[in-house]
Amino acid sequence: MAGMSGRMSTVIKAKISKLLDRAEDPSETLEYSYQKQIELLQNVKKGIADVVTSKKRLQLQTQKLEQSVVKLDTQARQALSAGNEDLARAALERKQLAQTELQSLDGQVTELEGQQERLIENEKKLRTKIESFRTKKEVIKAQYSAAEAQVKISEAASGVGEEMADVGLAMQRAVDKTENMRARASAVEELEAAGAFEDITQLGEGGNDDIDKQLHELTSGAQVDDDLAKMKAELGAGSDAPAIEAPAEGAKEESQ
Amino acid sequence: MIVRIATEGQFRLPDGDAGRLNELDNEAVAAAEAGDDQKFHELFTAMLDLVRSDGTELTDDELEESDVILPPPDTSLAEAKAEFSGEGLIPG
Repeated sequence: MAGMSGRMSTVIKAKISKLLDRAEDPSETLEYSYQKQIELLQNVKKGIADVVTSKKRLQLQTQKLEQSVVKLDTQARQALSAGNEDLARAALERKQLAQTELQSLDGQVTELEGQQERLIENEKKLRTKIESFRTKKEVIKAQYSAAEAQVKISEAASGVGEEMADVGLAMQRAVDKTENMRARASAVEELEAAGAFEDITQLGEGGNDDIDKQLHELTSGAQVDDDLAKMKAELGAGSDAPAIEAPAEGAKEESQ
Repeated sequence: MIVRIATEGQFRLPDGDAGRLNELDNEAVAAAEAGDDQKFHELFTAMLDLVRSDGTELTDDELEESDVILPPPDTSLAEAKAEFSGEGLIPG
């Protein structure tokens, strides 16, 4: 078969013979193949542990961001009822950035969960194949003449070899994806370190100009305007106190 | 005929499916070369569906070599193109 499947078959077969050719005689092929299988099984276990670690890290970030969203929303509300619209806007911009990151993290956690499940499935399958290979090699040794045994063994070894090459491919793809996610997680951490999701009350008068300027560029103004309008409506409807007209200075101290 | 979907598993298919599979394969290659993302995915999905629905999955203790190996189900157009150009999906 030509095309994708043909090319894929050729590549995998080349990989299998590379795996098996290192051994000189059939009994060595057996031992070598078996040894390789055990090695790969260990690698798969390590790969699963890596995926779990990455997932935990992303989940931790998710929790932190969720807390920031709640906090910044409350602060925007407080700032607005104190009549400080600029501060409310700054808080909402931070909230929006946190929400955007949160969405992308959620997607990644789900994807990692899928990867983890598939690797566990792969590991189980390979383990069963290795076990079956071990049984088969004993049967072959007992039942066949040396020449026949050689053929049978190399058939069985190819079968396992293909599974090994395939699990290797699945591992590699999982690792590649996890690395992309690590880069993403680091980017979120950098934003955090720069104070992008920080408590708005921690900032001095007028906020941290540099971060706020960057945030202004990052977050879409329309969404922030909508949020602000919504909050204003809620506050206006909910209280008869003329909060909007309260002096910004005094009320801000209250919220700190 | 034994077909493997890379990273997923092996399936035993009636030999009669080979022609249809080959046809889809060639069309998928043409779509990938033309850079038609949507068509490539349609055709590739049709190939995977054919194998999954017509085939019976091999049990974990069967040690068989595949006659045909399909790329992983999450293969992207870019990966498929690299695949034909000789880079290959399989690292070292």
